[in-house]
Amino acid sequence: MEPQTIIARRIAKELSPGMLVNLGIGIPTLVANHLPAGMHVFFQSENGLIGTGAPPEEGMAHPTLTDAAGRPVTALPGASTFDSAMSFGLIRGGHLDLTVLGGLQVDQAGRLANWMIPGKMVPGMGGAMDLVTGAKCVIVAMQHTAKGVSKVVKRCTLPITSTRPVDLVVTELAVIAFRDDRATLLETGPGVSTAQVVAATEAELSIPNQVPEMAL
Amino acid sequence: MECATGELEDWDKHANSPPWPVGCDDPRWCQLMIGGFMAVGTPERVIDEIVRQNKRDLTVIANDTAAPGKGIGKLVEAKLLRKAIVSHIGLNPDTERQMLAGELEVELVPQGTLIERIRAGGTGLGGILTQTGIGTPVENGKQRIEVDGKSYLLETALRADFALVQAFLADYLGNLSYALTARNFNPVIAMAADIVIASADNVVPVGVISPDHVVTPAPVVDYLVANL
Repeated sequence: MEPQTIIARRIAKELSPGMLVNLGIGIPTLVANHLPAGMHVFFQSENGLIGTGAPPEEGMAHPTLTDAAGRPVTALPGASTFDSAMSFGLIRGGHLDLTVLGGLQVDQAGRLANWMIPGKMVPGMGGAMDLVTGAKCVIVAMQHTAKGVSKVVKRCTLPITSTRPVDLVVTELAVIAFRDDRATLLETGPGVSTAQVVAATEAELSIPNQVPEMAL
Repeated sequence: MECATGELEDWDKHANSPPWPVGCDDPRWCQLMIGGFMAVGTPERVIDEIVRQNKRDLTVIANDTAAPGKGIGKLVEAKLLRKAIVSHIGLNPDTERQMLAGELEVELVPQGTLIERIRAGGTGLGGILTQTGIGTPVENGKQRIEVDGKSYLLETALRADFALVQAFLADYLGNLSYALTARNFNPVIAMAADIVIASADNVVPVGVISPDHVVTPAPVVDYLVANL
């Protein structure tokens, strides 16, 4: 299975009916493809939509129905639209149950860096700082390493997105939880051993006696 | 409110008559708030007219700088901006290039903070308190304020000389309603500028938009441009 598919399928298991969920660009977007059939979840696009559906069929795109990356989407029955102040009021105000974002680095205290690489890439934070600061639950979806270097680090070297620790990081190798300033290995990826996760991780991991494999 | 419902030349005439420089003595140094999210909900014809009139050294306050050839991207491409106060520039390589070359100053603001600063500017507030940005580079130079044991950043209000608003429906009085995700920053910026220029896809007789469906009330709109 592709790393992205493992990550998206595992995160989909964290969703439950009726939740309000914001999915970021990239791997997070794929989570919506792996919901159990018939489960109803409200997806928010922070540009002002709740009830975001799949991309439209060819020729059916509506010029004023787009996601937070400006791409055409559909609106499911029961959808609602609103302005950006309302949208971020929902995010900061404790109404958003879950946000799933991509990451450049997460450190062992659970701090996420995902909005710039000084001198190289300065896209801007968009809504990421509000999402990480305000959502009830924050999950980072990212590959475990970049060019062989661990993205789960002792301390972020890149500018952080928020001081609020994320709840979970899901990679193709591991599910890691962040509580009380500690990173705890909860699950390993399919066919991955605990030793392999430790070898691929710069951060110090707290490892329980039993670490199950992800059930996908 | 004055209406320019015909060709853009009509609007041009209005735009160059006294109201254009009000609140902005030298039109070259104007601050513009512009609606839209990746150019969805951006008044393209008004943007095209600014490019045609070659209004330079503008400060733009908006969610993003869109992409080359689209919305605010056209202003960037024509090198009309001196400063951009935005949350995201990642999809416009022109912006990044001009920023790195020192031709364009970019102030990055978290999206939720940006819209609240504008809302504050439009509703008579001096600023807002938010936890977003604490402990990040966004905090630099800002005051921290404790309320009930929690820390917040003081983020000051934003206003502009002009707001360029894109609506779906407008009536002849200037009441506006918006379409789907083209609403985004539009109703908020419509409150926060000295002169509000609204562009509407459809202009309808007064009474057609139900009072419940008016999002921006007519008195805040100064000029209406029909996208006929």
